[in-house]
Amino acid sequence: MPRRDDIHKILLLGSGPIVIGQAAEFDYSGTQACRVLRQEGYEVVLVNSNPATIMTDPEVANTTYIEPLLTGPVTQVIERERPDALLPTLGGQTALNLAKALHEDGTLHKYGVELIGADYEAIDRAEDRERFRDTMAAAGLRVPKSFIATSLQNAYDALPVLGLPFIVRPAFTLGGTGGGVVRSEQDIDRVVGAGLAASPIGQVLIEESVLGWGEFELEVMRDRSDNVVIVCSIENLDPMGVHTGDSVTVAPQQTLPDRLYQQLRDQAIAVIRAVGVETGGSNVQFAVNPHTEEIVVIEMNPRVSRSSALASKATGFPIAKIAARLAVGYTLQEIPNDITQATPASFEPALDYCVVKWPRFAFEKFPGAEDELTTHMKSVGEAMSLGRTFKEAFAKALRSRELDTAPGSPDGEEELLALTARPGAARFDHLLEALRRGVSPALLNQRTSINPWFLEELAELVREPGAATGPIPAAGVRTYKSVDTCAAEFAARTPYYYSSGERPGPDGAPTHEVDRGERPSVIILGSGPNRIGQGIEFDYCCVHAAETVRESGRDAVMVNCNPETVSTDYDTSDRLYFEPLTLEDVIAVCELERPEGVVVQFGGQTPLKLAAGLHEAGIPILGTSIDAIDLAEDRSRFGGLLQSLGYSAPPFATARCAEDALQRAPEVGFPLLVRPSYVLGGRAMEIVYDLAGLEDYLRRVHRGSDPDHPGGSTIYLDRFLEDSIEVDVDALCDGEDVWIAGIMQHVEEAGIHSGDSACVLPPHTLGEEMLERIKEQTIGIARALGVVGLLNVQFAIHGDEQLFVIEANPRASRTVPFVSKAIGLPLAKLACRVMLGEPLATLGLPEDDGEDRSSHVCVKEAVLPFSRFAGADSLLGPEMRSTGEVMGIAEDFPTAFAKAQAAAGARLPQSGTVFITVADGDKPAATGIASALQELDFDVIATRGTAQALRRMGIRATAINKIGEGPDNVVDRIVRGQVDLVINTPTGTRARSDGYEIRAAAVARGIPCITTISGGMAAARAITAARRSEPRVVSLQELHGTAV
Amino acid sequence: MSPREAYVLLEDGARFEGFAVGADRPAVAEVVFTTSMAGYQETVSDPSYAGQLIAFSFPQIGNYGARADAMESDRVHARAVIMRAAVDRADAPGAVAGWCEWLTAQGIPAITDVDTRALVRHLRDAGSMRGGVFPGSVPEGEARALIEAEPAMSGRDLAGEVTPAETIVLEPTGAPTDRAAVRIAMVDTGVKRSIVENLRARGAIVELHPCADDGAALTASHPDAIFLANGPGDPAALGHVVATVRSLVGKLPVYGICLGHQLLCRAVGLETYKLPFGHHGANHPVKDLTTGRTEITSQNHGFAVLGPGGARTIENDEPVRWETEFGAAELTHINLYDRTVEGLRLLDVQGSTVQYHPEAGPGPNDARYLFDRFVDEIAAAAINH
Repeated sequence: MPRRDDIHKILLLGSGPIVIGQAAEFDYSGTQACRVLRQEGYEVVLVNSNPATIMTDPEVANTTYIEPLLTGPVTQVIERERPDALLPTLGGQTALNLAKALHEDGTLHKYGVELIGADYEAIDRAEDRERFRDTMAAAGLRVPKSFIATSLQNAYDALPVLGLPFIVRPAFTLGGTGGGVVRSEQDIDRVVGAGLAASPIGQVLIEESVLGWGEFELEVMRDRSDNVVIVCSIENLDPMGVHTGDSVTVAPQQTLPDRLYQQLRDQAIAVIRAVGVETGGSNVQFAVNPHTEEIVVIEMNPRVSRSSALASKATGFPIAKIAARLAVGYTLQEIPNDITQATPASFEPALDYCVVKWPRFAFEKFPGAEDELTTHMKSVGEAMSLGRTFKEAFAKALRSRELDTAPGSPDGEEELLALTARPGAARFDHLLEALRRGVSPALLNQRTSINPWFLEELAELVREPGAATGPIPAAGVRTYKSVDTCAAEFAARTPYYYSSGERPGPDGAPTHEVDRGERPSVIILGSGPNRIGQGIEFDYCCVHAAETVRESGRDAVMVNCNPETVSTDYDTSDRLYFEPLTLEDVIAVCELERPEGVVVQFGGQTPLKLAAGLHEAGIPILGTSIDAIDLAEDRSRFGGLLQSLGYSAPPFATARCAEDALQRAPEVGFPLLVRPSYVLGGRAMEIVYDLAGLEDYLRRVHRGSDPDHPGGSTIYLDRFLEDSIEVDVDALCDGEDVWIAGIMQHVEEAGIHSGDSACVLPPHTLGEEMLERIKEQTIGIARALGVVGLLNVQFAIHGDEQLFVIEANPRASRTVPFVSKAIGLPLAKLACRVMLGEPLATLGLPEDDGEDRSSHVCVKEAVLPFSRFAGADSLLGPEMRSTGEVMGIAEDFPTAFAKAQAAAGARLPQSGTVFITVADGDKPAATGIASALQELDFDVIATRGTAQALRRMGIRATAINKIGEGPDNVVDRIVRGQVDLVINTPTGTRARSDGYEIRAAAVARGIPCITTISGGMAAARAITAARRSEPRVVSLQELHGTAV
Repeated sequence: MSPREAYVLLEDGARFEGFAVGADRPAVAEVVFTTSMAGYQETVSDPSYAGQLIAFSFPQIGNYGARADAMESDRVHARAVIMRAAVDRADAPGAVAGWCEWLTAQGIPAITDVDTRALVRHLRDAGSMRGGVFPGSVPEGEARALIEAEPAMSGRDLAGEVTPAETIVLEPTGAPTDRAAVRIAMVDTGVKRSIVENLRARGAIVELHPCADDGAALTASHPDAIFLANGPGDPAALGHVVATVRSLVGKLPVYGICLGHQLLCRAVGLETYKLPFGHHGANHPVKDLTTGRTEITSQNHGFAVLGPGGARTIENDEPVRWETEFGAAELTHINLYDRTVEGLRLLDVQGSTVQYHPEAGPGPNDARYLFDRFVDEIAAAAINH
């Protein structure tokens, strides 16, 4: 069947900000879909609130709305654009839920919009637990015995039938949020209660435990003519009980005999038919008892998923691209396989290698959070690796994780075994250690239920000398092989490579399959697994670099190991090396490629850490020199440079050890921003207010001298400029000329990590004179460093007049995509052109004459994962903890801020009750907020001290009990849903934990919780603006005058 | 024990090093590769692989050991096994022995640590050819002589090596719901157990005949249909079977799979030819032109049937017809990878065949419906008879 010509305009929904359970994979799938649909001649309208995506680049869709993914704004988009169809299956759970809501509220019907890919019935059959169960039963498939519970009593009633343990899965939540395991009757209230609260419809599935069974996933594609193929099978190393996003997984499946695997395959096909997903990709999860060979269906996602992205990268089969074509009417047979260009997509990839995916966790960022892995996903990213054997792929995955520190194992055997039995972030590190110490695979199988095959392989791995750390475990030479979907049966046209230890050819040289060609190449080093502080923004920059290199007539060569990204799409570069980003692995690629240069500026910390080593190996680094990077990073050198320029910086000192730190602290002056030298990205950075606080910090965080980290005992002390305004600047420099791309004012005051702070472009309260000084100093720093490419400078404005330089980073910053979307110019591309030798003057950039011509205000807001980490405090601080960001665009700041809040999932209430409790120093400022909210008819409640201060200023504030002051205290009220907005600033000294329970309760209820005064002020203004009218939607193309 | 060196040598001189993990002797035959990712034991015990060395493109082979339920015949037919990373573990659930241990016990040479991807690429480009697996102690000159002494695959009759000595009769394992059992006389040129089981499960009594049986012997028990099995070797070398089949076409319904498909086609006057490196795997898309559905198929053949006008490939997805000596034939199945003939039916006499393996073992079960179709047609013809 050819493409449908009865539809012309297609609305595509993105997945919004990066959150746990929904990451960059949906940028990959959405970008592929937009491109394919446009190639097919359709007009594509896109809505996504996340600016750090390739899909929201203005040239990807015809019309791009960076707007909240909520029914209000999307209905406005539908009203304006009148699309014929909505494709909801490529934007994760967010898009699927939104499409469902738009169907249910009648919007789709009203405007005649057809759901393509999966219709409402199919979505509902797959997503509604009860309907899914009935659908499976009707198809003759076994599912775990289960009950739907909408109350705790339902769970108690089901207990006799289910037995213990049993699993709790909330309906309609992301990545299993709110799910858990009930192991004893005492757990019921807590675990089932949390699940009921997490489900938007207050419904959970409680089901028979298949803990310890093997977990398998199949990626299924179906077309309109009911042809079905399985793209990939994935086996979890962690048995059932750990969310598949948190499991170490392997593709293809390794342990099932063919006959049993074919049963899974038959069942997966039966599932997609029964659910009725008309076209596109779905993911079906199974539990298999390896001894009895029983199979049960666990769940299916009627859409492209994280596993689909993994399967695409693992096999070379572009699931999203093909799903988009299927949605507009093509059949699998009509779509060519990109990789062979000779065969159709109606086949099943044959692999001749093994793929291991490893989740990346960030528990170190959330002290107090439980790090046990459950059915509720907690990982923030993943690395994938390819090897010819499982052992090789596993060892490469170990390297790809880029852990800051290797996890340590306890000395005692029983203690170690207990850690292997308990699924946690370092489970496999403990397993390897146990095997190293000679614990038998058989014993480990008893304790962990992990399939003996994996344990035996790992036992062999630890016996091979240097295998777990070295690049090539087997006797062999590093050989680059291609990923070709067909195990070499046909010649591959797509250059997608991985290295493997392989026997050399007859001449003793490795038999690489890489066709290097004659053109000059530039290597772009990617950003590795996503983690907090190292997110999709950097992948965005790397993709832009690849495009720019290609446009310059050179071959773009990408090295990366993150399967979730656009950069690891084989279409993005001329050659893709799916490899760990270690010095050794990267140098090996360089030896083969002989590149003109390597780009290290765009991938965040990952490539930057390799820059010095590459330079030493004689590999040219493009753009800003290694020395300039060092000059900006070395505190004393940079301090000297600022001094010579006559710019101010906060007082600082570098202490050699704990004693030295205590001695120097008074010279620098309190409060102090303190951090150890051995971690990056704000890790372990804290503000201390006095010597006692510093002592406490050093006791907790400092680990003394460590031979593995030369200089690792160094401690940085900076004076913390309390109550100052922070400003971020992104600029371009070609070594001579400097162009200021954007100045952003932070909404939260200094002391909150810039990645976690909301920011505004253009600045909403700074005067022209201050802006001029900021520009002048940015230019001065750029020239003095000799930056070639991007530069980010952070300033703090203290008092009214004092400008301090906090730091300068001569590389792509996290704000590059946001600035690019705000100003309508592709900053990373421009920087890459400069790095390839073009002077700024020839880039045709608009001149800066001091006039602000922007018609709109853009706000970037961070999205925080606290709801995933029960036990962790939700307070913002100098350590970055956000996973993603959203952008709000409007004509004024309050409206843009309100949009950003709504997009971030913390939709501000328009009426109700606000609870205020603030530090003494914040009380005067809190009065302004309270009075503004009272004027909007909010009821104001406050703790006694705050209430008193407010009443003195004429605000009708009701005092309520603190925790421990008696019944009906603040937490009780939050839990009962009697509070709609919380404003809680921590008190100055060490009382930062006082409001912990209040914030935790607010996070658990999904109530916006504002922890800074400036954030509170912005919120009050935003609520005022929102009360006036629903914010209007605006497309990027309209904004920048590029609409056609 | 230190690893025993071994190597693969091809007739064009290409050599690949590795370690021996099976029986310690040379094995020489045609070298073919399969891209199937699981089902290694079914593969090596498939009689169609008689006279061949199998290189597995999937690196790790032996993961779930050797199992009693994974045999496609009573023994290993492949002459040797070439792998990238052999796994030898007996502790997998359901395993009776470790894979390498089991191969050794079966007397089958095996080699591991070979860059099988390089080998597959070589065979893909140069075509299937003779070669051998040799212990490291065998000098290359000696190995070359052994390869030279091995006859080429074209023109080889290997069915005689795998056919039963006398007829075996097997009762149905499943009862047809609405009809009497049908009786099928199978010309056993090396039939896979899965084919027999699929027929028996649908209520068929299956007689396995030595492939030398003539028409009278095949029809002695008044079967409802003749079924031509899969099997090894060149269909062109099985003139006696072709002649027997020719004598039965039009008298009884004739069905066939793989070699059986080629034999029926030759019996009605169509030609077969050798493919460059054959089809061996579990992922080839085949379109059933009678329904328009694409199925993912299990494949294992080195020869194929020429289409209308002697064409090797067919351009359009249409049920084209062409003349045979027994009336028109209609294309029913086409390979979407290389557009070769995958199945046809005779329109003027009752007969239908497929080139691929609807019985799977190993591979997907998508084409199991063909057994329903075949048995239903046989039953319908039996009633009308």
